Amino acid sequence: MTTPTDARRERVATPGQTIGPFFGYALPYPGGGELVPPGQPGAIRLHGVVLDGADVPIGDALIEVWQADAAGEVVQRPGSLNRDGFTFTGWGRVAVDAAGWYSFSTIRPGPTRDGGAPFFALTVLARGLLNRLFTRAYLPLDPAVLAADPLLRQVEPDRRDTLVATEDETGYRFDIRLQGDGETVFLAYPGP
Amino acid sequence: MSHPANETSQAAVSAEIDAVARGYTHTGVVETEPRLDYPPYRSSVLRHPTKDLMLTDPEGVELWAPVFGHRDVDAMDRDLTIQHLDQPVGERMVVSGRVVDDGGRPVAHQLVEIWQANSAGRYVHQRDQHPAPLDAGFTGAGRCLTDADGTYSFTTIKPGPYPWRNHRNAWRPAHIHFSLFGTDFTQRMVTQMYFPGDPLFALDPIYQAIVDPAARDRLVASYDHDLTQPEWSTGYRWDIVLTGNHRTPMEQQ
Repeated sequence: MTTPTDARRERVATPGQTIGPFFGYALPYPGGGELVPPGQPGAIRLHGVVLDGADVPIGDALIEVWQADAAGEVVQRPGSLNRDGFTFTGWGRVAVDAAGWYSFSTIRPGPTRDGGAPFFALTVLARGLLNRLFTRAYLPLDPAVLAADPLLRQVEPDRRDTLVATEDETGYRFDIRLQGDGETVFLAYPGP
Repeated sequence: MSHPANETSQAAVSAEIDAVARGYTHTGVVETEPRLDYPPYRSSVLRHPTKDLMLTDPEGVELWAPVFGHRDVDAMDRDLTIQHLDQPVGERMVVSGRVVDDGGRPVAHQLVEIWQANSAGRYVHQRDQHPAPLDAGFTGAGRCLTDADGTYSFTTIKPGPYPWRNHRNAWRPAHIHFSLFGTDFTQRMVTQMYFPGDPLFALDPIYQAIVDPAARDRLVASYDHDLTQPEWSTGYRWDIVLTGNHRTPMEQQ
């Protein structure tokens, strides 16, 4: 059995490119933002605005969410592109509106390990952004749990808040700033 | 479009592209991905992070990818030439290849999405209003699932080059947008496939944002006569490597 760290890592990555301006007729789809139907008991909203380095909303971004279920289980079920309204798949995709806002109807993810801090994993794509970006939106729950999180511990204290959603009347708000004051912390994962 | 056309010349943008390229050859470090901060692509100026990406070990959901199945993707979604009553205009072609990880293992039963301009270089999008014809036989969006060997295949029409307003007389090389998932969330990728020998490569700030020549060449498909079908279509092969998976093959079933 080979492992990902062995010498067989030989192929070089195919590079990314910008999503460009014209994905709107191809990638978004009906129900893309509804991981659970809005209004269902337990449904919350995860939403926010995507901003550029001049603090101007970006009107042509695409946001994807990938998350555990309420119990912290990572579900492996098809049906995200053709939702039946009953099957939680953990994945969703929405284009921002003309004012730069995205919105998902979903549930609170649970921690995927004992004592872990629950988070939404997000992918950010936009015209002008030459490669996709990854980030996490942590739930603003127990401060002690957040303080112990391995990623948040690495982040400079004054940037930590960019990774933590804020609670509002419908659920959680998580703004994404690509550049400038309050620039969101974006993630890279160890490569080969 | 309401904003005035940018009057910077191609020569000025090409000079910027060349300056970045010369700087890269002096670094001695191999870059495999596009620069996020690449001023010749004007839209990137305010849309790139200025801080380094934070290197972190993937955890929980990041070690897994969403699952797509035949409930999500119809077998006909891979043929972009049969979506309308009209036949599309242009060069019919098959684009096929394998999606593998950096160990060469197939990314099996996973979603591949594409979108593109028609043969005249026009997108079915409100914001594309340049004076080239729409095609009543062609939308330009398709999906498929890879097979057990990681192979995807689409039947489509060769897209035309496309004018844009990065600078005066800016033209994109013909390309097909690809959206890809791996076995892990960390492999999520969106990119563009190009055609061999395109004369616009040297002039295009999006393609040239991948400053390493060998790296950007990985986005260029090969003409493959074995994929070409008699009296029917030409064929192009383009294989895709998604790196950054962390689970072992056993965990991947």
